[in-house]
This record gives sequence, C-alpha cells and structure tokens, in this order.
Amino acid sequence: MVTASVQDQRRTVPSRLRRSSTTVVDVVAHLLVSVLLLALALAVLYPLAWMLISGFKTNFEIFSDPWGLPATWRVENFVAAANKGVTTYFVNSLLVTAGSIVSTTMISAWAAYGLARTKAPLVKYGGWFILGGLMVSPTVALVPLFGLLQQLRLFDSLVGLVVLYTAYRIPFTTFLIRAYMVDLPTTLDEAATIDGAGRFQIFWRVILPLSKPILVSAALLQALFSWNEFAFALVFLSRRELKTLPVGLMDMQSRLLTDWPVQFASLALAALPMILVFLIGQRAFLRGLTDGMGK
Amino acid sequence: MRRKLRYLGGWWWMTPALVLVGVFVYYPVLQNFQLSLYSWNAFSRAPRYVGMDNYATMVADEVFWRALWNNVIYAVVSLIFQVFFALVLAAILEEFVHRRLAGFLRALYFIPTVISITVSGILFSFIYNPEFGLLNKLLQAIGLGGLTRAWLGEEGTAMGSIIAMSQWQSFGYTAVLFIVAIQRIPRDLYESARIDGAGRVRTFVSITLPLVREMTTLLVIITVSGAFLVFNEVMVMTAGGPARSTHVLGTWLYFNAFMADDMGYASAIASFIFVITLALAIGQLAYGNRKRVEW
Repeated sequence: MVTASVQDQRRTVPSRLRRSSTTVVDVVAHLLVSVLLLALALAVLYPLAWMLISGFKTNFEIFSDPWGLPATWRVENFVAAANKGVTTYFVNSLLVTAGSIVSTTMISAWAAYGLARTKAPLVKYGGWFILGGLMVSPTVALVPLFGLLQQLRLFDSLVGLVVLYTAYRIPFTTFLIRAYMVDLPTTLDEAATIDGAGRFQIFWRVILPLSKPILVSAALLQALFSWNEFAFALVFLSRRELKTLPVGLMDMQSRLLTDWPVQFASLALAALPMILVFLIGQRAFLRGLTDGMGK
Repeated sequence: MRRKLRYLGGWWWMTPALVLVGVFVYYPVLQNFQLSLYSWNAFSRAPRYVGMDNYATMVADEVFWRALWNNVIYAVVSLIFQVFFALVLAAILEEFVHRRLAGFLRALYFIPTVISITVSGILFSFIYNPEFGLLNKLLQAIGLGGLTRAWLGEEGTAMGSIIAMSQWQSFGYTAVLFIVAIQRIPRDLYESARIDGAGRVRTFVSITLPLVREMTTLLVIITVSGAFLVFNEVMVMTAGGPARSTHVLGTWLYFNAFMADDMGYASAIASFIFVITLALAIGQLAYGNRKRVEW
C-alpha cells in the first residue's frame, strides 16, 4: 500500500515537469519502448497460444497451416491425451505436490518456530546447518541418492519423491517462514503464557494462525517446485504408472511420435494448472519469492 | 529437569528438519566425494578403489570440457538476458509505463516461469521443428528462407536454441525481482534528480543502478550457479545430442551414471559441480556480509 501511494505522487508531480521538456527524442524513445514491450508480450504469449490452438487441430492442419485456426475445434485430442497417460501423470503429480506441500510447510514451520522463538544456546548453528542445505543441488546428489533410496526402500515410490521434495525445500522454506515469525511481536507469546499456554499451544493457537500469509506463499512456491521437478522424478521413478507430469510427458513424446495434435494437447493440459494457480494466487506467490530473496 | 527441557526446546522443533536435511542433502554430497574414488557400477558387488583415476579421466575427457564450455556459454548468455536485460526491463516498467499496465505486463512476462521446463522444452522443440516449426515458417514468411534449418539437429545451432528457450522461460522471474528492488528505492531521489534536470538514462545510471546493486549481485550469483546446474532443458530437448555437442555437466553426469553405468566417474563430475556451486555460494555470503548501500 505504501508503495502504491508513493507511486501516485510520482505520477502527478513530475508529469508537469516532463511535458514542458518533451522533445522529439522523447517521443521516439517512447515509441521504441512501447514496441519493445509489445514484442516481448507477443513472444511470451504466442508460443503458448500456438500450443493451445494446435491441440485442437488435425495433423494435416499443423503442417499445412501452422498460423491459422483449426477448421473444427477437435476437443477429442484433449480426451485422447487424457486417456493416453496425462490423467495418470496428473494424479501422480497432484499426490506428490499435495503431500510435499503439507510435509514441507509443517516441518519448516516447526523449525522456523524453534529458530525464531527459543533462546537455547547453539540453536543458531542448527539454523546454519539447515540454511547450508541451499548450497546442494539435486543433480549433484543423484548418484548417492540412487543407492540410499534403494536401501531405504523408497526407490520407485511416490513417497520417496515426497521425502526428497521435502528435504530439498526445507532450507528455503524454513528461512522464508522464520523471517516472518521473527517479526511477530513476542508480547503475543507472553500474553498466551500468562493465560497458561505451553509452547506447543502457543505454536498451534497463536503463531501458526498469524503466519498464514507466509504459509500460503510457502505452499504456492512448493507447489511450483514439485509440480515441475524433473531430475529426481526421472531417476527415481521407473514404473510408468508412477510417473509425474514432467517425466510422463517425455515418456508420451516417445510413445506418440508423430501424433502431434495429441502431443500439443498434453502439453497444454500439463501447463494449465500452474498458470491458473499463479494468476489466482499472484500476490502470495510474489510475496514468497521476494521475501525469500531477503529484503 | 524443566530447565533442561527448555534448554533443548529449540532443538526439538528443529529435529525433523535437521534429520531430513542431514540424511538426504548433506550425506549424499559427502558420499559423492568418497564414491568418486572408486570404480563401480549399479550392479558391482565390490567397488574397486582407484584413487584419483576418475578425476584423471575427467581431465582427459573431451566431452567433459565441451560440457563445461556449454555451461559457461549458458552462464554468459543468461547474465546478458536475465540480469542486464531484465534490469533494464524492470526499470522501463517502473518508470515509463502506467502502473496498471505495468502490473499486467509483469504478470504476463512471469507466466513462462510457472510452466515446467518439460512443457516449455517440448514446446520449443516443436517451434524449432524443421517441418512444421514456427521458427522456420516465420523465417520463410519474412523472406529469410535461406536460414531455415533443423535447429536442434545441427551442432552449430543446437546449444544456442536450447539457451534461447531458457531465456524465454526465465527473464520474467529476474525482472520481477528487480522491480521489487526498484520499488524499495525512495521516490524522492527520483524527484530530486528530475528537478536537477537529469534525463531518464542518467537517472537509471546514477540512481537505479547503484541502489539495486545488492539484488544485482544476488541475481548474478543465482544466475551463474543456475547455469552450472542446467539439466532439464538439455535432457528434454536434445538429451546431449547431436554428437554429444549439447551436453552440460549435469547431463554428462546423468549419462555416465545411468546410461554408461560408470557411477564412479559420474560421482567425480558431481563433486566438480558441487565445488563450483559451493564457491559461488561462499562468494554470495562474503558479499552479503559487506556493508549495505546506505540512503
């Protein structure tokens, strides 16, 4: 809100100054910038629109008229895509995403609470240990994890994937939530203590409800990560019926070969949920991103 | 007793996070270094100790150097588009464009970020497709038919085509982060600059640029380490081909581990990637501890 009002002022005051000194250069610059912004918008949207529209076409139309609209909108391509695997992959992605959202936000919120609200010695070293996990990327850990997951009987299972998606996102999520909890006034805890609440109750009844905005952000970013994650899903799932969307789509690509319309339809079906989630939860999404970057 | 519990308080809350991060994040990285000293594959009963042999193989391996070079190019191009270009774009959106429109464009440019790399990778492989791809059709339409080619099928253009897709996908993300950084700059600085008669470019260079330096540094490091961890884009679009020309360190690791079944060599590559990203992370920490720009 603060930035908005500040910006309003900025729009009114200097525009007067600006008009008095408008030159040809200014006009040309404005035109160039507008063209650039429009071209960029087209470059982003057109491929996505092409993907969606091609999903309704026939194979022949894709080759003969890549720019045009289909003569008839063939919804059956999307039905075929759903039946040839997308539904299964979709459900798997949904399970893994939902599971890892719950486990990641809960475990991270616990850790964040411990970091933000206890003064026990050495706790900060625990915090550094968790934060240090950010330096390890999934690709680097593929080979050792391959053996480890087999020993733990988590190989080729969605549970194993949830465990990995949780472990690798705890560092980021913990510090995202911690930064928010630190800013909550400690008088709240004290008031609750006077009312006879223990630490456990304070966490569940006071801190967690108050942290809802950042928990939503954390959940959205976790959804984005697990819905799109590729390397772990590629290496640690082998049964076709367990594949998630990102690896399942690759699998379909090799199975469908030249059935292009159905391939386009599958891509559109896979992309749509996250685009919708983003457009609906935009504010929470961006808050999580920017707070996670440090202020 | 009660005191002792209190003493341990913070640790109880952090235990699940510490265990998961320790077992699935730290342990694999440490094991990597150990595994890289052995010659073994997924089926071998007894790994054979070979000392630094795997690293010697790495130094002599042409594909390794090619992959490293590809990572470097990836980093350079990403710096140009995702840091320099994104910063200019952010400044334009904040200074030139009406606030409502700027908000709309910001959301629009961000959309590719929420799509999985598998989807955008397959989509772009269709765009680059020599028979029905948009790129060749576009070139023909504007009279540059001579330039049409199988973009992902030729050594000369495959890597560039992958990198281009990656820029399409990621510029919106860094632009949004720059926008937030610019919004945190006090507006009166811009007012004074304008009253002093500074033009737009001058204002950008003298005010915006120095005051978003922290975010710039952060994004430089994130972008560079991201470029060294590239994996999905290449796996989806070319799987390292043609003639192994588009391998990056991540895919070359994967290929050796899970296709060539030389786990020891793959671990050596993983250790190498880890050292690079660790160095970048330490650089980030060191820089973060330096005094912030005051205003």
